Amino acid sequence: MANDERKSEPREELSPERRAFLTWLSLGLSAIAAAVVGIPVIGFIIGPLLVRDRPEWRKVGQISTFAIGKTVKVSFIDSSPMVWAGVSALTAAWLRRLDAERFEAFAINCAHLGCPVRWLAEAKLFMCPCHGGVYYADGSVAAGPPPRGLFKYPVRVRDGQVEILASAVPIE
Amino acid sequence: MKNLLKQCVNAFEERTGLVTLFIGIARHPVPPGTGWLYVFGSCVLTCLVIQVVTGIALSTRYIASSGSTYAVLQFITHKAVFGNFLRGMHYFGASAMILLIGVHMIQVFLMGCYKYPRELNWITGVLLLFLVVAIGFTGQLLRWDQDAVWATVLAAEMLGRTPFIGKYLARFLLGGKTLGGATLSRFFAFHVFFLATFILVIVAFHLYLVLHDGISAPPVRGQMVNPKTYRAEYDKLLAERGVPFWPDVAWRDAVAAFIVVMTIAALALFVGPPELGGPPNPSLLASDPRPDWYMLWYFAVLAQLPRHMESVFMLGAPLFAIVFLLMVPVWWNKGERHPARRPWAVIAVITIVLSIVGFWIEGSRSPWSPKFDAQPLSAALVGTTAGPVAVGAQLFHDKACEFCHTIDGNGGQRGPDLTYVAHRLTVDDIKIRIADGGGNMPAFAGILTRDEMDDLVAFLESRSVDRHVQQSRAAAPSASAHSASAERTVSESPR
Repeated sequence: MANDERKSEPREELSPERRAFLTWLSLGLSAIAAAVVGIPVIGFIIGPLLVRDRPEWRKVGQISTFAIGKTVKVSFIDSSPMVWAGVSALTAAWLRRLDAERFEAFAINCAHLGCPVRWLAEAKLFMCPCHGGVYYADGSVAAGPPPRGLFKYPVRVRDGQVEILASAVPIE
Repeated sequence: MKNLLKQCVNAFEERTGLVTLFIGIARHPVPPGTGWLYVFGSCVLTCLVIQVVTGIALSTRYIASSGSTYAVLQFITHKAVFGNFLRGMHYFGASAMILLIGVHMIQVFLMGCYKYPRELNWITGVLLLFLVVAIGFTGQLLRWDQDAVWATVLAAEMLGRTPFIGKYLARFLLGGKTLGGATLSRFFAFHVFFLATFILVIVAFHLYLVLHDGISAPPVRGQMVNPKTYRAEYDKLLAERGVPFWPDVAWRDAVAAFIVVMTIAALALFVGPPELGGPPNPSLLASDPRPDWYMLWYFAVLAQLPRHMESVFMLGAPLFAIVFLLMVPVWWNKGERHPARRPWAVIAVITIVLSIVGFWIEGSRSPWSPKFDAQPLSAALVGTTAGPVAVGAQLFHDKACEFCHTIDGNGGQRGPDLTYVAHRLTVDDIKIRIADGGGNMPAFAGILTRDEMDDLVAFLESRSVDRHVQQSRAAAPSASAHSASAERTVSESPR
């Protein structure tokens, strides 16, 4: 009986204008809902791109511990450590004492593809294990594929402490 | 009991229709003559299942925290029940997957299966190839040992070469401006969510297309693919001679899948997963980062490139490869399918395979890398323990000459072999080479003292066939014939 009554009811025809409106309404609301969810998601994921560089001075040792003319590796906490990073937050530089007051600090990353360069004290050369990039003691390119010399960090001496301005992984 | 089960199945079928759908898929007709060459797609799918299952299992113990992951992986590898085996399965499963995708692609290409109407199958397959390589690379980084840390830096540096946006891409990859806390969790998310989801979705589409367009019939010489008539011809073939996929064809897939699973399991059991390197401490520099085996050939390519075209190639080559592979079915979607009638296709495959194998061998040797662990030359090899020659031999090691040059099989291979250098160069030539450097050699003029230069040259000048012959005779009289042969060979080259 109820079915018969329903069959006898006229079909509800929507006008083309109302159909168009409802189509846009549905799509529009869906787009807004997607944006409400999606924008924070995308922002969260690309967040690291939006953070400004904030280099940090890191103490690497008493000035008296560095001999003039010698190049040594110094380790320090990088410029943006996370509390859960553990040893991954450590980084290093090759520190060279030029004279009583002046130092040079070279990035450990090869300027070719970022591999860790080693200082060969006897040979007075930096060498890269990956593709054989070689640098002189002053960081300039000696041989191999590096397109430029080793990146340098600013160095200063404060209160008898040598400090390096830790910053982003050198990428050009 | 049987009736109850039947009633349950019927009720399930009435509400879902999945039983009919599944039977339809299993029994769908396949062209006759498909043989063992058609099993590689199933083998890849088998590897994917292994990766998903073992990956889910490993994720129940894995912690994506850069401070803890190394210890967790040590626990999984050495203490967890089946941990070592599952890591091995996951590692060899990934390796097998990449290898079998390559074989599957070669089979599809050579048999012309990518032509109409299966162009999208090829295109989705190409996307899957690159996604699988990407997920493999992120997986290597999830090991989070010393090599993983440096491989991450290497990837960031490569991305950093992109014009204009390179720095941003690198930072996106690292999860910040430095490698550290955010990097690992980012790679974990890429590995298990982003890339895995893309892969599963595209695999589902790939399989749907296999069902929709059907498995291609084995190619017949002279039988052209004509998009206007292909569907009718294919339907006629299936109607007249088609065989049900299950079990007439699927049994081969089952056998091949079984072999794949057993091989991976055997490798996991008897070889085991790659041992972890040192801790993920970026301040430890005694690392020699290398990609996993499937990217070793590309590592070798990068080492061979001239400096001026390196950035262009580094970014352009993968892009070109993707675009070219995607365009293959667009350019050649009709005509002959049989490889015997497509010699250029065969030549292209052979060339690519041989090139990759060649570069892979070169990558595994890495002759361009300094040999940091080279030991000082022995007194027997030097020929004396005192005087300028002996001092020069020690300098040859201490000044890192030996890291790049070989003498009697000792040392690196980046520079020329100096075993018989005295036969090729005069004293003055040797001095000039050492002082000025050139090519891939540093200039040592500002590094060596005059005395050191003289001692080093004295040692190199002693590297002649005559001395070699004397040493060989003294060491083993029976070797004299071999030495004489070496003398003849060297004497042919101009001094």
